[in-house]
Amino acid sequence: MTEEEKAIQFQQRIDAGEKIEPRDWMPDDYKQTLFRQISQHAHSEIIGMQPEGNWLLRAPSLRAKKILMAKIQDEAGHGLYLYSAAETFGIDRTEMIAMLHSGKAKYSSIFNYPALTWADMGAIGWLVDGAAIVNQTMLAKCSYGPYARAMVRICKEEGFHQRQGYEIIANMSAGTREQKEMAQDALNRWWEPSLMMFGPHDADSPHTHNSMKWKIKVESNDTLRQRFIDRTVEQAHHIGLTIPDKNLKYNKETMHWETSPINWDEFWNVVKGNGPCNHQRLNHHKKYHQEGQWVRDCARAFEEKLKSESAAIKSN
Amino acid sequence: MNTKEALINYSLRLADNSMIAAQRLAEWNSCGPYLEEDIALSNMALDFFGQAETMYEYAAQLSNNNSTADMLAFRRNERQYLNCLLVEQPNGDFAFTMMKQFLYSAFAKYLYEALSASNDETLKGFAERSLKEVKYHFRHSSEWLIRFGNGTEESLTRAQYALDELWRYTDDLFCMNQIDEELISTGISVSSDTIAAKWNFTVKETLQAANLIIPEKFNVIKGGYNGIHSEHLGHLLCEMQYLQRAYPDAKW
Repeated sequence: MTEEEKAIQFQQRIDAGEKIEPRDWMPDDYKQTLFRQISQHAHSEIIGMQPEGNWLLRAPSLRAKKILMAKIQDEAGHGLYLYSAAETFGIDRTEMIAMLHSGKAKYSSIFNYPALTWADMGAIGWLVDGAAIVNQTMLAKCSYGPYARAMVRICKEEGFHQRQGYEIIANMSAGTREQKEMAQDALNRWWEPSLMMFGPHDADSPHTHNSMKWKIKVESNDTLRQRFIDRTVEQAHHIGLTIPDKNLKYNKETMHWETSPINWDEFWNVVKGNGPCNHQRLNHHKKYHQEGQWVRDCARAFEEKLKSESAAIKSN
Repeated sequence: MNTKEALINYSLRLADNSMIAAQRLAEWNSCGPYLEEDIALSNMALDFFGQAETMYEYAAQLSNNNSTADMLAFRRNERQYLNCLLVEQPNGDFAFTMMKQFLYSAFAKYLYEALSASNDETLKGFAERSLKEVKYHFRHSSEWLIRFGNGTEESLTRAQYALDELWRYTDDLFCMNQIDEELISTGISVSSDTIAAKWNFTVKETLQAANLIIPEKFNVIKGGYNGIHSEHLGHLLCEMQYLQRAYPDAKW
C-alpha cells in the first residue's frame, strides 16, 4: 500500500469513529500533534502542583489539608498516566523533561500566575479544574486510544477537584468580611486567565483545522469556552460573587452569557515566557530535578549491581 | 494527674508525632527525585494526617471543653506540642528524610503493635489501623537506605551523614514521663523498654545491610514529650497555623 493509500484508509477509520492505537499506522503530523499535546498536558499537571503546593503547608484545617494534599497527589498521578500515553510515541519521560527544561515543550500558561491567598485554592479548583474538565470531557472522545482512556480516568478525579474548589470559595463567600474579600479578589485575578485556557479564537488557532479533521479535538476552542462561561457565571452568582467584567450580559436569543473581548496580548506574552511566574515555575522544576540526580544515579547503580550479581549466580 | 488527663496528653503526643511528620513530608511536594516518589511521599503524609486527625478528635472528645481537632492542631503553641524531636527536624536531602522516616517508622511500628493490645478501645483501634500504614513506611524507607548504602559513593556518604546527625534524637523516642507511668499502670499504654529493644534490633539489622555505621552517642538530646523542642518546631508551627491565627473568627 502506498503512503497515500494508507493516509486515505487512516482518515476513513477516523471518520468511522474508530480509535487509533500505538501500533497502527498514522501520519507523521498526527503523531507530532498528539505527542506535543499529550506531553504538554503531562507537564501542565506537574507544573500545576506548584501553585497549590504553595498553600499546602498553610492549609487552614485538617480536612482542607487532606483534600489539598490528595488533589496534588492526583495531579502527580495524572502526570504519570499522561507521560505514559506520550511515551507510546517512542520518546521517554527523561527526554520529555529535557524538552520542558529547554523550553521546547510548553505547559499550560494558567500556572504562570501566582497563588496569593487561600482563596486561590478555591479559585484554582473551581475555575482552572472547571475549565480543564470542559476541555478533557471532549478529549475523552479523541481518536487516539491511549489519550482518550487517560482522559476518562482523569475526568472523574477532576470532577472532585472542581467541587472541592467551589466549596472553598462558597464557604469563604459566606464567611467573614475578610474571607469574602479574598474570595472575590481570587475570582477577579483568575477569571480572565481561565478563559484563556481554551486557547485562541478558532480563526487564530494554528492547530485547530487538522486537530478537528483527525478528531483529536471534536469541538472548537470557542464552543468549549462558551460552555465554561455559561456554567461558571451561574455558579458565581449563586454564591454572591461578581464576575469581573463590566460588559457581562445574558443574551436571551442565543441563551449564552456574553463577555468582553479577551486580552490576547497578555495571553501571548505569558505563552512566550513573560508571565509573573514562568521563570519561577521552570526554575523550581529544574532545581529539584537536578537535586534528585544523585538519587536516580544511586538507584540505577544499585539495580545494575543486582543484575550483575544475579547474572554471576546464574553463570555459576 | 488522673488517668483521663494522662490519656488526653498521650493522645496529643501520638497526634503531634503524626502531624509534624506529615507536615515535614508535605514539604517534599513537587521536590522529589522522581514523580513516583512525590506520590509515595504524599501518600505517607496523608497517612500521617489521617492518624493525627483521629487522635486529635479523641483528645478533643475526652477534654469535654468544646475543643476540636482543628483547635488542637492549629491553636497550640510550641511548648504545648508533645511530639518527639526526631519528626520535627528539617528534611535535609532525600537521604536525610528517608533516614528520619526509617528511624521513626521503625519506632511507630513497634509502638502501634504494642498499643494494638491496649485496653482502651479507641487507642487499640487507632493502633491496629495505623500499623499497616507505618509498616509500609518502614519498608519503603528501609529499601531506600539499602539502595543508598549499596548504590554510589555519594549516596553512601549522604546516608551516613544523615545517620550521624539524626542518631542523637533517637533516645528521645523512648523517653517516659509521669503520663506513661499512669497509663502503663492502667493497661492503656506500654513501657518503651520492650519497644526500644525491638527497635534496636531491627534498626541495626537494616543499617548493617546498608553499610552504615551507628555513631557513638556523644550528644543525646531529649525533651519532646515534655514540650521541650528544637528551635525548628516554632517555625514549622508558624507556617502551619498561619491562617487560623491570623483570622481567628473565620471558619474554613
